[in-house]
Amino acid sequence: MSEMTYLQAISDGLREEMRRDEAVFCLGEDIGAFGGAFKVTDGFIEEFGADRVLDTPLAENMIVGASIGAAIEGMKPVAEMQFADFIACGFDQLVNVAGKLHYRQGVSVPMVVRLPSGGGFSGGPFHSQNPEAWFMQSPGLKVVAPATAEDAKGLLVSAIRDPNPVCYLEHKGLYRHVKGEVPEGDHAVPLGDARVAREGGELSVIAYGSSVPLALQAADELDEDIEVIDLRTLNPLDEDAILASVEKTGKVLIAHEATRSCGVGAEVASLVSERAFESLDAPIRRLTAPDVPIPFSPPLEQAVLPQLDDMKEACRELIAY
Amino acid sequence: MKLEAASAARLPERAGTDALTRDDRALLLRYMLLMRLSEERGLTLYKQGKVPGSFYDGRGQEAISVGAAFTLGPRDRMCILHRDLGAHFVRGVTPDRYLANYMGREDGVTGGKDGNMHFGDRELGCVGMVSMLPDMAQVAAGMALSFKMRSEPRVAMTFFGEGSTANGQWHEAMNFAGVHRLPVVFVLENNRFAYSTPTDLEFAVDPVQRAKSYGFPGVSVDGNDVEAVFELARVATERAREGDGPTLIECHTMRMHGHGAHDDMSYVPDEVLEEWSQRDPIELYERRLGDEHGFEATEIDEIRGSVAAYIDECAERAVASPMPDPGVASDGVFAESWQALGDGEAPWSRWSAPADQGEANGNGSRPTNGHRGAVLEHGRAA
Repeated sequence: MSEMTYLQAISDGLREEMRRDEAVFCLGEDIGAFGGAFKVTDGFIEEFGADRVLDTPLAENMIVGASIGAAIEGMKPVAEMQFADFIACGFDQLVNVAGKLHYRQGVSVPMVVRLPSGGGFSGGPFHSQNPEAWFMQSPGLKVVAPATAEDAKGLLVSAIRDPNPVCYLEHKGLYRHVKGEVPEGDHAVPLGDARVAREGGELSVIAYGSSVPLALQAADELDEDIEVIDLRTLNPLDEDAILASVEKTGKVLIAHEATRSCGVGAEVASLVSERAFESLDAPIRRLTAPDVPIPFSPPLEQAVLPQLDDMKEACRELIAY
Repeated sequence: MKLEAASAARLPERAGTDALTRDDRALLLRYMLLMRLSEERGLTLYKQGKVPGSFYDGRGQEAISVGAAFTLGPRDRMCILHRDLGAHFVRGVTPDRYLANYMGREDGVTGGKDGNMHFGDRELGCVGMVSMLPDMAQVAAGMALSFKMRSEPRVAMTFFGEGSTANGQWHEAMNFAGVHRLPVVFVLENNRFAYSTPTDLEFAVDPVQRAKSYGFPGVSVDGNDVEAVFELARVATERAREGDGPTLIECHTMRMHGHGAHDDMSYVPDEVLEEWSQRDPIELYERRLGDEHGFEATEIDEIRGSVAAYIDECAERAVASPMPDPGVASDGVFAESWQALGDGEAPWSRWSAPADQGEANGNGSRPTNGHRGAVLEHGRAA
């Protein structure tokens, strides 16, 4: 084990896989000599060469489309969207080609799209989005969103080894603020398994990505018997882990930074109401961004993104219910 | 023929090639007829109410998909579009599977998961199209990228209509292919209309001229001349295989039917259809086989007859194929494991050369005569 940041863990996982398997290569904008906008591939071009750390033209559909073609032919591309927001420009290839090829024709597409997501740093409406629900509405795409350094590495490794297109959401706010012990060498965390991040008996906070550390901090500061479930994978969703926690606590808060309507929270709430209704002791609650673009100015952005106090208040209200 | 020397604006009167044997020429005719007669049969099935949705064919464009696909070796790959049924047949799809696919049957290429021309047989090295155009140009570029990264002398080929060239993804694919000199052949079928929109509302400059700005050759050819298409595609695939990068081949043709069977083409002037009906690619080729290559009329009649009989058999099989079990509708969204695409049939005589020669050609991993499948065997038996 060695301590590293979430960002270093992503780099470490990617580097390990590129060393292990020659079919793995990266492509994206400014990932080569510059090392990527967030430096995830810093130093990669020196180790792996320009062919495997491929700077692409500014053309997101091409990045995804070329990844699909290469994946079909046995390569394992890891495509970087410079910001998750830019997948909007590559969305057609992702949802219409990558996501449907296996269903339609039995053609597997083993590729990863890395998506630096999330706000909190005045990135404004086009550098702060959390687009995970877009992918969940599109059959054929797996979706992962790690919250810890260990999972950042382990889920990326599993995503690269998976024979399907995987959207890997890496929250920019966690890049340098989250640190942890990460296994060295080969470390894979299976897709589809949630994690109990904190055990408790009174309330289940079901979260992923940046909302996990927020929930853990709130639980610690409140000093209440709160369980925090870190979903880790959003598709396939670990339904058993969600239901087991709800059956234990009877109260549910679903927390994510992404906007509210038709988000992951809505899906989890439906699951709980359909399958664990009789375990509920309180209405299901969601803590999310409202359905607005992420604004630029700090006080406006803070007003939109869920804050620690919001999390604490939501937990308190549910515990008191 | 040197591509650089060919003028983008000029249509060659006709092209000759010494790369084709007499058997190859019979096959070119046979594949074009397979496409024509299969589509005629499909249209009949549509009119009988056996085809859900609409029906799309490539009448008048048979020379393009057949001539271009005929150049490919087994390990080359294709993304085939909706006017290109002939390419599927060249690679080894049989008409029964095509017709069954149109009818949504279990034995269709996609087993009912997708319809009409939205199929590709992965076992034959093909990736089927999506409706968004020209998305497959990006996928073909990606396949070509993998060939280049692994230094494999293989080629990806894809098709698109002139309408697709207005979409930004066309630019993205051309630009990327040009930047990396990818081994990809882009076949542009300029059939005069994007659904109902004529070319003068599609672009101000003929798209073949844009190839130069992407750093690779663009050449125009008479798309109704199967040997001319073959010859340009042959040069383009060789260029690609030798590491000289992509080529854009614009095939001038005319879509002789509507966009789909629901489209009466009222927007096309009668004289245009009349003019192009005089240039039917199959009739032109039958005449040339007689005039220049010593084919007897009876020989051509025999080819026509055997294709027609084969399609009768195939149509029977397709109609007899059951509808899929509704239970499979939710199967197969995700792959359990990665599987390589299979290799396509490669009926051009070049690929039936002795194995060692195949290796020398740089594309041969399969033994001789392994590239000729059911479609051809039927032709031989007949």
